[in-house]
Amino acid sequence: MSPPMMWSVLIATSVFCFAIKLVGHQVPERWLANPRLQRVNALIPISLLSALVVAQGLVVKTHVVIDHRLAGLAVALAALVARAPFPIVVLSAAVTSALVYHLH
Amino acid sequence: MTSPHRPTIRDALSVSLTVGAYGVAFGAASVAAGFSVLQSCLFSLLTFTGASQFAAVGVVASGGTALSAIAAATLLGTRNALYGIQMAPLLRVRGVRRVAAAHLTIDESTGVALSQAPRGTDAMRLGFWLTGAGVFIFWNIFTLLGALGAKALGTPAAWGLDAAVPAAFLGLLWPRLETSFLRVVAAVSMAFALLVTPWLPAGLPIIMTTLVALVIGWRER
Repeated sequence: MSPPMMWSVLIATSVFCFAIKLVGHQVPERWLANPRLQRVNALIPISLLSALVVAQGLVVKTHVVIDHRLAGLAVALAALVARAPFPIVVLSAAVTSALVYHLH
Repeated sequence: MTSPHRPTIRDALSVSLTVGAYGVAFGAASVAAGFSVLQSCLFSLLTFTGASQFAAVGVVASGGTALSAIAAATLLGTRNALYGIQMAPLLRVRGVRRVAAAHLTIDESTGVALSQAPRGTDAMRLGFWLTGAGVFIFWNIFTLLGALGAKALGTPAAWGLDAAVPAAFLGLLWPRLETSFLRVVAAVSMAFALLVTPWLPAGLPIIMTTLVALVIGWRER
């Protein structure tokens, strides 16, 4: 991606994310009282984060690829199941992935 | 401070420090995606909502378009609007203070504020401001450290940075999967994202996955 595009990602993301926050503080409560809208809104982070896990862990460009990252993800999952704190989860994934990367 | 607010202050500070420290992962991911140290720091100062920041740099790293990156980040930020709706009647601020309150409206500040409910309205307000400001300070300091660290390290894969990012997303997702229904939504979303990956430009599958949330959320119950 070209430098101007990267700046545009930074600026647009910041502007939109702030605008959303401000809208929340401005609109009357009843506007978002619709239960259907609330359900969708509650599910969006779950769907997006799930997609981001696989898109970052199992995809290279437009191909599904299994490599060292999956080993890291598996260890992260084990750490989460063992109720490890967040930094340990990320760190253990990074160390595992790096090991597999170098051994490979 | 010897006040009845001591437990609130303790809650706010411990959340601020632990969540803020995780800014290291963002700074590193951002630099690994090709953003400069300055740009990485500006993300944390101006966007200041972790999941959206990770999404933006994540889509860029995976070769997605600018539009996909912006859309993914913005969609992830929509939950902050719901937080704002809950926080506004509690905080009752106007003008510059409202702008500041909006900027500090994130998962953690809202979460700590709501968790202080048994301690009263003052504690809730204090929890919001203290956690918001605390996370802001630590998140930005640690973003800078992570960005500088990643710049010094070089090749992201050699240090496991390319696995740290999806692991971070998994770590963000995990505490949200409170019910088996939500776990099914997550599994379906992952399967859907992988399924459409070969057929769509990079980055777009991530945005498309919101369709899963839309369809299931619309139909549920």
